[in-house]
Amino acid sequence: MSAAVFFDLLLAVTLVAVAWRVLHAPGTFEAVVVFITLGLLMAIAWARLSAPDIALAEAAVGAGLTGVLLLDTLRALHPGAGDKEPVVRHHPSWAASVAAAVLAGVLVLALLGIPRDAPGLTERVVEELPRSGVSQPVTAVLLNFRSYDTWLELGVLLIAVVAVLSLRAGTGLTGVPPGGAGAPLLWLVRLLVPMVVLVGGYLLWLGKSAAGGAFQAGVLLGAAGVLLWLAGQRPVPREWQWRLLLALGFAAFLGIGGVLMAGGRLLFEYPPELAGTLILLIETGAAVSIGATMAALFIGLHFRTGEISTGGADDT
Amino acid sequence: MERFALDAEYANDLPAMQLFLLVLALFLLLNVIAGLFRIIRGPAAADRMMAAQLFGTTGVAILLVLAQGLDAPDLRNVALVFALLAVLATVAFVRTQEGKDRTKRREG
Amino acid sequence: MIAAASVLFCVAGAVFFLAGTVGLLRLPDTFCRLHALTKADNLGLGFIVLGLALDSGSWAVSGKLLLIWLLALLAGTSACYLIANSVLAKREGGGG
Repeated sequence: MSAAVFFDLLLAVTLVAVAWRVLHAPGTFEAVVVFITLGLLMAIAWARLSAPDIALAEAAVGAGLTGVLLLDTLRALHPGAGDKEPVVRHHPSWAASVAAAVLAGVLVLALLGIPRDAPGLTERVVEELPRSGVSQPVTAVLLNFRSYDTWLELGVLLIAVVAVLSLRAGTGLTGVPPGGAGAPLLWLVRLLVPMVVLVGGYLLWLGKSAAGGAFQAGVLLGAAGVLLWLAGQRPVPREWQWRLLLALGFAAFLGIGGVLMAGGRLLFEYPPELAGTLILLIETGAAVSIGATMAALFIGLHFRTGEISTGGADDT
Repeated sequence: MERFALDAEYANDLPAMQLFLLVLALFLLLNVIAGLFRIIRGPAAADRMMAAQLFGTTGVAILLVLAQGLDAPDLRNVALVFALLAVLATVAFVRTQEGKDRTKRREG
Repeated sequence: MIAAASVLFCVAGAVFFLAGTVGLLRLPDTFCRLHALTKADNLGLGFIVLGLALDSGSWAVSGKLLLIWLLALLAGTSACYLIANSVLAKREGGGG
């Protein structure tokens, strides 16, 4: 399949070139836009690596939400960025370059050292798949076989959003300047947001049998929230509602684990006949939490009169 | 050059059709690379942003073509997500630009 | 026969994508370049979707492809309008 090889080669070279440009672009706005393009190319790369789950996540986060976060940060830091930009000076560090080269070399050696025919754990997973409650191996691994890791990752997300929110207060990040959105934007959002939420739900449900699942669905829900915010549609949740939404995923996961343990099983040892249902419950809670997390990273917590002077404190 | 990842089964397509689709994907990728020069050059911020928006659409096309050519239906969902969220960055761009011109702001 | 039609539509789509890219690179003004975007969105993606739908031979897949095209149209049209307004507002407000 030489055409595929050409495609992959071109993609790989472009990825490296674009990554270089992100670091060496003469203006910060250009660097941000190139970074968004990098996200797009990465999603295609994941698709070529037969990893549609990660491609979905990269498409949603890398090409969508990250761009929004960076653009807002740019506005807060460099109000004139875009046309008249501060020139960024680069001081390459030899120590960092050498360390990176050594790391790259070690990784390549490790990759080459993987035995060509080792199946890894693929056979075990395929064996146990019928008892896992879902029919897609990635979801089975994430939500059943290695659910402990996923639960802790939700905890990491929670810690991360708490850290970001506590650091936000002192910055000029408001999410967007006050003022209403024009009619075209409202029209777009009115049509787009329901589709985004619908596709999020679709991906959540689809996770049982194809690429999808809680994370991708959650990111889409977060994007819907960000879209509404950008179109000037506030009310934001009250403080207790935010906290509930943010903690829901981690807590639901833990709650189900706790109930299982109380019933005499190990943590996260699902009874096989209930496994599918439990996984769906956990995924729903996780998706809601991840959506709230993504939205909160951009919007912040506006439950007091804070950085945005729209006048509303915590009315809903 | 062998790859470690396993390609999907080539089901019903003629090999010629598959080759055509891969070449098409290659062509679209070249379009993206060409468009990068607008991001590098384009004097106004809007030029750069519109190039990124074009890449979103081209990316959707690439993913749909790959989905058909490699028989990987999951990639259509990736294309769907792309089509939905590529506009998010543009919306953020427009809204963050608006705040800067406080002199005259138009509605709509 | 269907394969031939599919190839033809895909090639047409590729031509329009090329037109979009060439327009993006070569047209002299920001507003002119915006025109290039919509050609790629509408006709480029549209023809490719048509070609792929024919090749897939499945109504379900064709429906999904159609949906994706419509969403891309929605997003692309609005994006162009928003960018144009933003540039216009900046020129009127800041004087360049």
